[in-house]
Amino acid sequence: MSLKTLSEFNWSVMTPEFIILGVIALLTLLDLFMPKRLDRRILGWLSIAGIFAAIVSVVSLLSVEPTSILHDTFTLDTFGKAFKLLLLAGAGLVMFLAVSYEAKDGMEDYRGEFYYLFLTALLGAMFMTSSSDLITLFIGLELLSISSYILAGIRKHNLKSNESAMKYVINGGISTAITLFGMSYVYGLSGTTNLGEIANTLSMVADGQQAYLLGLAFLMILVGLSFKLASAPFHMWAPDVYQGAPTPVTAFLSVVSKTAGFVIVIRILIAVFYNAAPSGEGGSILFRMHDYLAFLAAATMIIGNVVALKQTNIKRMFAYSSIAHAGYLLVALTTMSSNMIFSVWFYLLAYMLMNLGAFAVIQVITEKSGSTKIADFAGLYRRSPVLAVTMGILLVSLAGFPGTAGFIGKLNIFVGAFYGEPHYVLASIMIATTVVSYFYYFGVMTQMFFRPARDESKFNVPFGIIVVLIVAVVGSILFGIAPNIALDFLNNLQ
Amino acid sequence: MNLHSILSILVFSPLLGIVVLAFLPKQSEKLIKWVGFLATIPALLIALAAYLHFQWGKDLADFAVSKSWIQFRGMGGAPEPFFSVNYELGLSGFQLLLVVLTAVVATLSAIAAVKFVKKEWKGYFMLFLLLEIGMLGVFTAENLILFFIFFEVTLIPTFFLIGKWGYFEKEKAAYSFLIYNGLGSAVLLIVIMILFAKTGTTNIEMLTKIIADPSAPLSGDLKLGLLIALLVAFGVKLPIFPLHSWMLKVHVQAPPAVVMIHSGILLKIGAYGLIRFGLGIFPEQFKTLATLLAVLGVINLLYGAFLAFIQTDFKMVLAYSSISHMGIVLIGLAAMNEAGVQGAIFQVISHGLISALLFFLVGVLYERTDTSLIENLGGMAKGMPIAAGFLLAGAMASLGLPGMSGFVSEFMAFLGLFKELPWIAAVGTIGIIMTAAYLLRAVLGMTYGKAHREFTGVLDLKGVEFVPVVVLFVLIVLIGVYPSVLSAPLQTTLETIMLGLGG
Repeated sequence: MSLKTLSEFNWSVMTPEFIILGVIALLTLLDLFMPKRLDRRILGWLSIAGIFAAIVSVVSLLSVEPTSILHDTFTLDTFGKAFKLLLLAGAGLVMFLAVSYEAKDGMEDYRGEFYYLFLTALLGAMFMTSSSDLITLFIGLELLSISSYILAGIRKHNLKSNESAMKYVINGGISTAITLFGMSYVYGLSGTTNLGEIANTLSMVADGQQAYLLGLAFLMILVGLSFKLASAPFHMWAPDVYQGAPTPVTAFLSVVSKTAGFVIVIRILIAVFYNAAPSGEGGSILFRMHDYLAFLAAATMIIGNVVALKQTNIKRMFAYSSIAHAGYLLVALTTMSSNMIFSVWFYLLAYMLMNLGAFAVIQVITEKSGSTKIADFAGLYRRSPVLAVTMGILLVSLAGFPGTAGFIGKLNIFVGAFYGEPHYVLASIMIATTVVSYFYYFGVMTQMFFRPARDESKFNVPFGIIVVLIVAVVGSILFGIAPNIALDFLNNLQ
Repeated sequence: MNLHSILSILVFSPLLGIVVLAFLPKQSEKLIKWVGFLATIPALLIALAAYLHFQWGKDLADFAVSKSWIQFRGMGGAPEPFFSVNYELGLSGFQLLLVVLTAVVATLSAIAAVKFVKKEWKGYFMLFLLLEIGMLGVFTAENLILFFIFFEVTLIPTFFLIGKWGYFEKEKAAYSFLIYNGLGSAVLLIVIMILFAKTGTTNIEMLTKIIADPSAPLSGDLKLGLLIALLVAFGVKLPIFPLHSWMLKVHVQAPPAVVMIHSGILLKIGAYGLIRFGLGIFPEQFKTLATLLAVLGVINLLYGAFLAFIQTDFKMVLAYSSISHMGIVLIGLAAMNEAGVQGAIFQVISHGLISALLFFLVGVLYERTDTSLIENLGGMAKGMPIAAGFLLAGAMASLGLPGMSGFVSEFMAFLGLFKELPWIAAVGTIGIIMTAAYLLRAVLGMTYGKAHREFTGVLDLKGVEFVPVVVLFVLIVLIGVYPSVLSAPLQTTLETIMLGLGG
């Protein structure tokens, strides 16, 4: 590639990524040269500013026609723009949690890294939204994963944190290997790594043997990626990692990392398998594999919601809850209705707001009490009515009651499940498990509102947490009452 | 004034109270109670004005409002919305009556709360007003999604009202309420979605038309299945035996002011749903289920009545009595003729008033004596003659004494059923005798029974406590002697239902 072709690319479409990359470089250097005694929190605020600048640059790119650069490995299209905004907003809120997080258990010395590792993970996720090549997709995925492994274990002297990072690395390694193995089949059958070319080549596959191999590849990729979604069969890491990791990292894993997981799954499902080997019985590979997808969705919802019932640790409970939400999102993928991307995007938006808000409250409570038991929420209403009511609203949204964004998100998925070819069983499981989820969400409510407090001490809520809570509650209610704001926005994207 | 916005004002007027309460300090008890009570007044006034508007011969359709609210579109800017939900409110005669009932009972319940709620008034009234929004919305919603949304909105405040302000086993009762009703609404949502997927609309009026059209893309079996699902969904709420156990817990454990609402209005949502959606949308299939419904109704009636006879706690007597009386609603519906359906609707209204009255009196008794056991209340007529008198009057209305509202509804429901299924109706009449027996046993045991304690120092009804008692009693007698206050607004509703049933 000569310098001339390099300079001819329309690099401006990569501005958001460049901004994040620049901030990462700046922070690394600052961290290196700043005197040890200076508070590293300033780095956190700098990264928030960087993320904000990136959001602004994505917004300014909204009207740009879909563009491909770097020989079709990087594409900025509607899908990319929509999900990039989601990732940036989620990461921005997580950074607010991170600057409010008290460093302890050996994390004091790595405070700076704590911030820019979030940014490298975010950069990986952003690349995934725009990559149209298996290689770049995979590199984005790995960048995200490796940063998250370190983040999970950043409390070096804490046993749980170490266990969490270890489990995360091992599980992540296995699942990545499986994904990569699946991708190698796709490459073997199509001879290219470019998603567009793969789609073209595979649409001409008519041979039954090859289609069979493609089916195998589909399952392996899906199973491997279920690690990132925290869905069955690779969900087991979630409770342990969520419990051990610092709360902002847990929030990051449950929201940003999951969003990135859905990004890559949708990319691969649609680009590679949507029209692969269409001449076979039952349509293309995606439609032939439909039952497996449905099974995984059902299993994820059931496992997540049922096991959550027995949890006494709030972070473990939220781990299972996040598994359950991945299950609902898989329902949207399974139905493949024409508003699939729409409903996934909206649900992830709603989920980001309510889950990050809930984690903000969890962070305040667990830092104060020093443990992560659900019983620590007892009497929260007496100790801090505002926190309790905030958490109440977020829990109601997580449970999917009307008036909140969580309800509209579920309704959206639900409508999709009945549109076209109705999925009665899957929809019934979804709604039945939703009722099951009332038990554990309202269990926290019971603690907060009905039980007496163990100690009556008040809370000191840091500024960062307040920002997150306001955004989360206002967003959850706003998108619950006037969801068209978000829906029209997405609809008007080029 | 523009009539179109008036329903929205009616439904959301309690919101003003919630906002004001949010800014009041927690300790200013008096102010909070006043605001909580006054916030129910606008809805009451508007509801009464709407009733007068109707009585003056104007058209209720004036109130209808429809605005587009949510559009789900496919990706890539498809021009046609994939699915849209409109904000549609409206009133028919039947809905009007329920809205008036809701507004009246809500205001009276607020008075009860002012008297009986002993702690955290701010939270109580905010939740209570949210509950009122939900109830008013349920009865005015003109499409199924909106109905569902308001239906779910009633669940959360009720959960907290029971769980926080209830009696000893309140948390259990609150959970059992949430899960049973959650399952009921889950089934309801599935029905709504299937209807939408098949017809492309959730507007109730349009659905009624489309389903009635023989060329509709729904097979008879599917319609029957949907109706049975609706029966389950609303059967939980009504409740129909054997889906009733949650309701007993709620009646016993919830605070009296909440039970007034619960027994007076929330249970009626089940009846309303069965009549408006079951009978209204699936009249053909309803016919095939008529015998089943009649049997279920008689089982409810007898089961409730027999168990009420052996209860020692007056609250339990009333809880079983509610089950028993909801049996009469089913009996009336099963008759599928004008008298029967009218009887069922009358029973809905009448029981709403009677149970609100009785539970208010339970609240008064409990406040004075800390008990609701029949045995411990023996001889209360000595100390509280006025309360005892009203208790007896309420019981008389409940057992169907002519001249009171209970009589009219029971009479018409049975009249209807005797025409269609005389044998089942004959069995059902045992229930009427039992009703008299258990109510008289309980009430006489309390008023003139053997005294276990002195009632001399106990205060009788006083001050504002007279307001709910007298208002409810007057309404009960008014319906009893002049039933056309109800039957006139119901005329068109009944005609529409009869038309759907084929004459």
